[in-house]
Amino acid sequence: MSIALEHVSYVYSPGTAYEKHALKDVSFEIPQGQFVGIIGHTGSGKSTLIQHLNGLVRATSGRVLYEGQNIYEDGYNMRELRTRVGLVFQYPEYQLFEVDVISDVCFGPKNQGLPQEECEKRAREALEHVGFPEKYYKQSPFELSGGQKRRVAIAGVLAMRPKVLILDEPTAGLDPKGRDEILDQISELHRKTDMTVILVSHSMEDVARYVERLIVMNRGEKMLDGTPREVFRHYRELEKVGLAAPQVTYVMHDLKARGFDVSPDATTIREAAEEILGSFRRSGKI
Amino acid sequence: MIRDITIGQYYPAESRIHRLDPRVKIVCTLLFLVSLFIQNSLPGYVIATIYLGCVIRLSKVPLKYILKGLKPVVILLLFTVVMNLFLTDGGETLVQFGIFTITENGLRTSVFMAVRLMYLVAGSSIMTFTTSPNGLTDGMEKLLHPLNRFNVPVHEVAMMMSIALRFIPILLEETDKIMKAQQARGADFESGNIIQRAKAMVPILVPLFVSAFRRANDLAMAMEARCYHGGDGRTKMKPLHYHGRDRVAYFITLIYLIIMFVVGRFLPFKLWIF
Amino acid sequence: MPAGMIHAEQLIYEYDKRDDEGNVIGFERAIDGIDIDIPQGSFVAILGHNGSGKSTLAKHMNAILVPTGGTMWVDGRDTKDPAQLWDVRQTAGMVFQNPDNQIIGTVVEEDVGFGPENLGVPTDEIWQRVEESLKAVGMLERRKDSPNKLSGGQKQRVAIAGVLAMEPKCIVLDEPTAMLDPNGRKEVIRAVEELRKKKQVTVILITHYMEEVIDADQVFVMDGGHIVMHGTPREIFSRVDELKTYRMDVPQVTMLAEELRRQGLDLPEGILRREELVEALCRLR
Repeated sequence: MSIALEHVSYVYSPGTAYEKHALKDVSFEIPQGQFVGIIGHTGSGKSTLIQHLNGLVRATSGRVLYEGQNIYEDGYNMRELRTRVGLVFQYPEYQLFEVDVISDVCFGPKNQGLPQEECEKRAREALEHVGFPEKYYKQSPFELSGGQKRRVAIAGVLAMRPKVLILDEPTAGLDPKGRDEILDQISELHRKTDMTVILVSHSMEDVARYVERLIVMNRGEKMLDGTPREVFRHYRELEKVGLAAPQVTYVMHDLKARGFDVSPDATTIREAAEEILGSFRRSGKI
Repeated sequence: MIRDITIGQYYPAESRIHRLDPRVKIVCTLLFLVSLFIQNSLPGYVIATIYLGCVIRLSKVPLKYILKGLKPVVILLLFTVVMNLFLTDGGETLVQFGIFTITENGLRTSVFMAVRLMYLVAGSSIMTFTTSPNGLTDGMEKLLHPLNRFNVPVHEVAMMMSIALRFIPILLEETDKIMKAQQARGADFESGNIIQRAKAMVPILVPLFVSAFRRANDLAMAMEARCYHGGDGRTKMKPLHYHGRDRVAYFITLIYLIIMFVVGRFLPFKLWIF
Repeated sequence: MPAGMIHAEQLIYEYDKRDDEGNVIGFERAIDGIDIDIPQGSFVAILGHNGSGKSTLAKHMNAILVPTGGTMWVDGRDTKDPAQLWDVRQTAGMVFQNPDNQIIGTVVEEDVGFGPENLGVPTDEIWQRVEESLKAVGMLERRKDSPNKLSGGQKQRVAIAGVLAMEPKCIVLDEPTAMLDPNGRKEVIRAVEELRKKKQVTVILITHYMEEVIDADQVFVMDGGHIVMHGTPREIFSRVDELKTYRMDVPQVTMLAEELRRQGLDLPEGILRREELVEALCRLR
């Protein structure tokens, strides 16, 4: 039970002046149930990468395996795959089109060929998962606030009951509270279900707080792959490619350099606070 | 896909044709199109070919590009050829099977029609290849300026054209994104009959229109914020002035037109080689 | 006569709420009695969650919206006076959130020239201004490019150049970094900093990224159409809990310092930068 890429490469407009290698020999395997972050700056290939996972983009070479099956095999049901591997695009609210919220969320299940009643049941369940208030179910999605629209759009993918949920920058453009709310809900969802969650993000602070594994993309290649602690240990390499570790990681490194007895590996505020307090306790200052 | 269409695109290069005033290119293109219709004989087409060939050569636009621009009209081209081939009477009968006859006149007309159509497209695409969209709208605006007197909103139309040109690639990209997003929700655009397919377009068209309106709204606001208030009292960053080379271009094209006119008028229609 | 570059007294903005048929069913108050004074040459940040009214306030500074109550003066000009409209807009230039939807030209330099063209600036001077503005934001070498080829951060810099070319006294940036990635955000903020140093323009930055407001002279926090907090960044960021009630956040370093204070470390309030925190911790040792 996993989703895997094997030596995947993708070339845009091959053979023309615009030829561009968007992905170069990328391989990894994500077991069912993992919470994975993918980071990389714009143009690093991360958006192209996630579109391979549900077959929207076809690799120029290499294979994509879902539950051990090659998705490029003849007769493989791509539409079925897309309901299994749900992909929420960046600014997903721009895909809303129905007259009311609930019908929009039903679009996915309806495409799966489910009866109306079942569609609605799943839509309600999905809306609940994202914390969307029931009193707005019959409202036009275009009249909602930005944060609520975002929720509806995410629910639109969740309603297909995917086994893998991929979110491309789900918090782009939201205010700090809205950002935390969405991420908390996703994390909650991950805890409650056995869903694999793949979070694409620019924000190191966000991914460090939530994910258990981090894949760093740079110029179409997989640069680093490991736990946030392992990855952020390479903060100097990250900087060279225009990325950075969370701010607290830098604080810890600075402290270490100034002779503090701390491990510089902390990636979240809580971890950092514990490290610093621990060091003060050990030296008997508090 | 949609993006392969080269017709109407700008091909940046430094060439004599690129440097011409857009007005010259617009007027000369029109004259060239006229020249194709005032004659219908082999010598005429030879002269037109020479003229077009020289312009293409001077423009430094690769021939491959221009041929690619012909692609979208291939169907129209075939249709014209087939219609003319079978439906034109007169002259000797060359081939006959069943109710279909191909006459000498039919063959001649269809070949000439095909050439004419191809030259039409090639001639106008040379204009768009060598003129930036803004140059084109500026040229239009200036050429049509006299119409202002008849309350034709020339400046506004030109501004709309130029904005449309700027947003076409953005909206194409957006269409692509929305399509993918709906496919990720299991939408199916490939199978089903015409009605089902038309219905499947709704989840693309609604978000696309919503987005286009939002963009229009934003853009209008941004333009107002930068003090846009129509064409009155506006100066130009790149005003159009005729130079020596522009006069030469007009002169050459005029001579060409006269030759074409003479050929069409005085050379016997039946000067065929085949 | 109002003193500052931007000066508002009892500013109110209401708009009609309509039902599906377009009938007015009530009104919404987006701005509710705001008094604000922004001195010439200062750098002011306005924070607030989505829907707090901060963008509506910004649009008043450029007379895209005019108040339904109270008055807004821009450099001493009442924005309600139609005769002064173009002067107001020329004085206070505006950069918007979406990089794509504010670039009009199909070539970078032509877009930057759009504003001066509208102002009726002579051709030679337009070229001069375009060149200077593009240089100021570091985009001169891309002047002949199509905006579609630029990254988000570069597009926003072009938009800033477009405003600069109108030679405004004040630039209002309405969430210019909300749609950008971290690198694009840095580019834009750096460009804004350069401007402040070199051109002495008044800068009003509307944002919800806390890291961007650290250098501001004053910070205003908005909620529900009101200004609910006002002070220097240090003052504002030392009130962590209050900020959180307005759906705002503090920079991660500030949050860490606050957490350590709560656990009993004797750190000063409102630490903003990583060096400050490290220094303060060293002193405690």
